[in-house]
Amino acid sequence: MAEEQKSNSKKNYLSSGELRKISAHNRKIIRKYEKERERKNVKPDEYITKMRDPMNAVEFDDLHVYFFTDIGTVKAVDGVTLEIPAGKTVGIVGESGCGKSVTSLSLMQLLQRPQGQIVKGSICFNLGDKVYDIAKMPENAMRQLRGNKISMIFQEPMTSLNPVFRIGMQIDEVIELHNPEMTSDAIKSRTIEMLKTVGIADSEGVYKRYPHELSGGMRQRICIAMALACSPRLIIADEPTTALDVTIQAQILELLRELKNKINSSVILITHDLGVVAEMADYVAVMYAGRIIEKGTAAEIFSNPAHPYTIGLMKSKPVLNLNSDYENNTDRSKKRLYSIPGSVPNPVNMPNYCYFRDRCERRFDKCAAEYPTEFQLSPTHYVNCYLYCKNKDIGGIKNHE
Amino acid sequence: MNKSENLTDYILEVENLKKYFPIRSGFFQRVTGNVRAVDGITFNLRRGSTMGLVGESGCGKSTAGRTILRLMEKTGGSVKFDGKDIFNMNKSELRKQRTKMQLIFQDPYSSLSPRLPVGEIIGEAVREHKIVPPAEYHDYIDEIMRSCGLQSFHKNRYPHEFSGGQRQRICIARALALNPEFVVCDEPVSALDVSIQAQIINLLCDLSEKYNLTYLFISHDLSVVEYISDTVGVMYLGNIVEFGNKRDLFKNPLHPYTKALFSAIPVPDPNFKMNRIILEGSIPSPANPPHGCKFHTRCRYCMDRCKTEVPIFAEIEPNHYTACHLYDNDIKGSGAKNE
Repeated sequence: MAEEQKSNSKKNYLSSGELRKISAHNRKIIRKYEKERERKNVKPDEYITKMRDPMNAVEFDDLHVYFFTDIGTVKAVDGVTLEIPAGKTVGIVGESGCGKSVTSLSLMQLLQRPQGQIVKGSICFNLGDKVYDIAKMPENAMRQLRGNKISMIFQEPMTSLNPVFRIGMQIDEVIELHNPEMTSDAIKSRTIEMLKTVGIADSEGVYKRYPHELSGGMRQRICIAMALACSPRLIIADEPTTALDVTIQAQILELLRELKNKINSSVILITHDLGVVAEMADYVAVMYAGRIIEKGTAAEIFSNPAHPYTIGLMKSKPVLNLNSDYENNTDRSKKRLYSIPGSVPNPVNMPNYCYFRDRCERRFDKCAAEYPTEFQLSPTHYVNCYLYCKNKDIGGIKNHE
Repeated sequence: MNKSENLTDYILEVENLKKYFPIRSGFFQRVTGNVRAVDGITFNLRRGSTMGLVGESGCGKSTAGRTILRLMEKTGGSVKFDGKDIFNMNKSELRKQRTKMQLIFQDPYSSLSPRLPVGEIIGEAVREHKIVPPAEYHDYIDEIMRSCGLQSFHKNRYPHEFSGGQRQRICIARALALNPEFVVCDEPVSALDVSIQAQIINLLCDLSEKYNLTYLFISHDLSVVEYISDTVGVMYLGNIVEFGNKRDLFKNPLHPYTKALFSAIPVPDPNFKMNRIILEGSIPSPANPPHGCKFHTRCRYCMDRCKTEVPIFAEIEPNHYTACHLYDNDIKGSGAKNE
């Protein structure tokens, strides 16, 4: 026990010399990236690119987002490749700290700068006539997109509304900013129309109210109204219902689905609730420790999960079985809930083998090799696990296109 | 359920418990109204069983849990623990009683003192209540920590060094160190990740078997409640609208609110299609609850008498109680109608 304690404390301890070294190194790197960002008059052809597939709304290509912190570099997103098809809903599932929120924030360029930087990869955003690479876009060009073509619904409706402004004014602001030609009367009627679309009956009254006068469900509706005010091409919903009750959650999910079809946009749904994903998403990506470990259509992921982590995640949630036979599982001592052993590895120094190997029950010799590449199980189903490697000799075949 | 059949004594009898919070206003701070957080709840809890209490936020489930432990004074009704009314106890009696009833809080991040090492957090009350002789104190703490899945070298660390799941284990260890008989778990897993949730739920199940604990499990997550409980109570706006064995209640929910609540749960299966009952609007203010049946404003089976007459909480099926006018004809007979 004493030895374990020693080795543990050794791991957690950084000497002041080491700390100085890390922060000096960080400063150097951050300065380089910030200089790149702060250039004026960036020519549009630097950030206009082409999509691999014009049917996609967004393509993440090998995205790396690092946070340069004082205890070392945290690789929050470490090589994410993901497509969001136009008009579809893609669910991103994972535990807290797996990088799902950082992925979406980098798409909005809302990363905590200067520590958080996109160090590699691209995010292509399809606007129909033009394709932008958001990773390289300067701030002023991004401002045209953010809130207008891409918008976000945040987790906490309590904290994402400004408590000192009236509801109407906060929605007006969004419309006004992106449509400078509209008159104030037109803006107001548009706001009230938006409030009506999200199912607020007393829209004129709510227009004049402050956020604290509304309940959680109503506030989340306001946030949705604000996000949809400019009919965006892409909606990012970051845990939109986590803070809400089940009955309110059902209302909000219904509303989101309806409105998505109405304005025909794509949705990225970030959540840790597998039930919500199953209900809403067409495609699902499962993230673990900064990487996507499995992706496919919702039917594939839920009926045929491949990665041991995905399987573990599904088994660990007690499922409400309203229809199945009760006699078999009334005795809870016989049927323990499955729990994935161990915990998520330290994000500062990740191992170079599969990140899940130390917690995996099905690991074998090959797992000691480098991080597994994508293996294809069906035209849409990909998994990063050596269990599905068909070729016995080579580590993996990149079987992408 | 098998376990509770041979032990028929009730550890907890709650009768018509009420807790109102006064609203004061004006210059003299006169009481102008009451928030009826808990408005007359009645249930009994068998020793060694687990009761789940579910409901939307603001329905009074946490207040109920706290009032049962006498962390707040009641407004009316009675709570009997082991046959003794806890609201009639004097200070020294209550102090002895406290060790038998413990609480696990929702948020493991704010319910642990950041300034105390873990050993002290767990052991403070043990020393205070003289649970074990001083010579055995350290071994006892080690033993409790081990049974909750913590290592004994964690004793000298501070809460910020632990992850959410481990902090919840510390909270559980703190509650169990006093050898309680009854534990109120106030949303113990809702702040945790799915895979950690499973660990904590398993731990709670193991401990209840090991120490023959009785839980009152407050949660809004129905799938967790279904997994852990023997009996379930559904609360709406300060009242229990339905109460019964887990099996009866989940297989055959009677109250329209319970039905709506069950249908609102997302099922992790994309092929599963459920007839979803979407409740309109949100929960009314408990300061000014609707007349008659409190649920009538959102109920789709609402009849005229629901608006004026308060339904009685009656046994519709054996051991299955509900308060709804739809079952008025079935109160005496058995076999409820189910549309």
